[in-house]
Amino acid sequence: MTKDNHGKAYKFGMVIDLDKCTGCGSCMVACMSENNVPFKENETDKKDSLTWMTVYKLTNGKPFPDTDICYMPRPCMHCGGKGDHGHSPCVSVCPATATDYGYDTGIVSQIYTRCFGCRYCMVSCPYHARYFNWWDPKWPPGMEEYLSPDVSPRMRGVVEKCTFCYHRYQEARDRAYYEKRDTIAEDEYQTACTQACPAGAITFGDLNNPDHEVYKLVKPDPHNCGRPRDPKAFRVLERLQTNPKVYYISEREWVRKAGDNYRKGEWDKKNMLTKADGQH
Amino acid sequence: MNELKRKTENGSVEAEAEAVSSEQKAGEDSGLGLGVLFFIGAFAVCFLSGWLLFPSLLYSKKEQPLNFNHALHVDEMGGCDSCHYFRDDGSFAGIPTTESCMECHESQLGDTEDEAIFMKEYVEKGKEVPWLIYSEQPDCVFFSHAAHVIAAGMDCVSCHGHIGTSEKLRPYEENRLTGYSRDIWGKNIWGIKKNPWDRMKMDDCADCHERETGSKGACFQCHK
Repeated sequence: MTKDNHGKAYKFGMVIDLDKCTGCGSCMVACMSENNVPFKENETDKKDSLTWMTVYKLTNGKPFPDTDICYMPRPCMHCGGKGDHGHSPCVSVCPATATDYGYDTGIVSQIYTRCFGCRYCMVSCPYHARYFNWWDPKWPPGMEEYLSPDVSPRMRGVVEKCTFCYHRYQEARDRAYYEKRDTIAEDEYQTACTQACPAGAITFGDLNNPDHEVYKLVKPDPHNCGRPRDPKAFRVLERLQTNPKVYYISEREWVRKAGDNYRKGEWDKKNMLTKADGQH
Repeated sequence: MNELKRKTENGSVEAEAEAVSSEQKAGEDSGLGLGVLFFIGAFAVCFLSGWLLFPSLLYSKKEQPLNFNHALHVDEMGGCDSCHYFRDDGSFAGIPTTESCMECHESQLGDTEDEAIFMKEYVEKGKEVPWLIYSEQPDCVFFSHAAHVIAAGMDCVSCHGHIGTSEKLRPYEENRLTGYSRDIWGKNIWGIKKNPWDRMKMDDCADCHERETGSKGACFQCHK
């Protein structure tokens, strides 16, 4: 089987600077309106809300005056799986092949017409990035006119998730074909959340391309499944070897430590190693 | 013990019944022949109604709002792309809007009845013609004309057939259950496909992609 379908392979990824994020939620709003994400009449019960992008609040758990808060936006991580071979947790469990790994983009797809709603992928996703449609979408009168024709709406009984605004990639590629180009430029394909963030905390681009901002920010190690070489950058639950394509940056040590579960003493050992690496 | 007894008794009863039925067999032979005949007849009726009647029940035939002569327009305008063109962002314009028709048809050019309808109903009222699109794919499909026509250099006929030389628009057949055009599912109830444009299901896309590019591609290549 040919793994990549057309020409050069991209590896689209996102870097989120947690020190810049103010937790305003613009990314969540932009995502919902861009991707026709349905909402309930009463959204007070968040248990079954659909939020492709969601902002978590982390605290360092210390009393005043040492209290510190960090907001963490969480889209789909588009995991490369163990060894970065495309065996993402959700892809490897889907019995319907309703979700697959795009070897040409590194994006994990979700095909709503193929999904039959077993929710196995939701169980396997360690980031809770997948959501189930408990009801058919119900738009307030007139709002259907606002739906994007580039994103197909979902029905009751299927799972959905962030697609890194894949339709924007499709459009960028169409333009590239029209202008007879092989590659698309960095600014031609940006996700809605990236563009909506007023603090400029989200950066999006090709992790394979050293000219792209995402690459410069985290310096992914190609020989180590894209593990960030920048000491301030980290990926959530790195030890699971899911190899997510969403990176986080923070100057604050407790924030970086919150990105994974560390055994007693493990963090200090790891931290000393990275500090030593930085000195070389 | 009782159970065993009952079983043996029953067994002997069955054996007796068998003996009786073999005696009667000779007399029932003509009845069996009739039964076979009835079965074949009923099978034929069901089979034919399934294959011939059901498709016409499944699809409703709708007429286009007015007849469009493709052959005439191709003669006047040149290739397909004079009306079905790409926009500057690489997206495909598809069926022209009334506005783009009006670039030529500001006033009536010919003397056909269809053009008169078009002028009266749509140009003067400034309305779009509600064309029924034969090749409209389901909502979950992303089809890039740019990838096929510009990048792969395919011509329109490869997928759309010889619509450019047709003088009449055929009736649009809509699946009563799904609402999709019959061109997607295919004309032939036996599933026989002679031309690429006879059917446009996902497997047909995948077959061609497998043949031409060596891979069916990832889901998101054609889905949205």
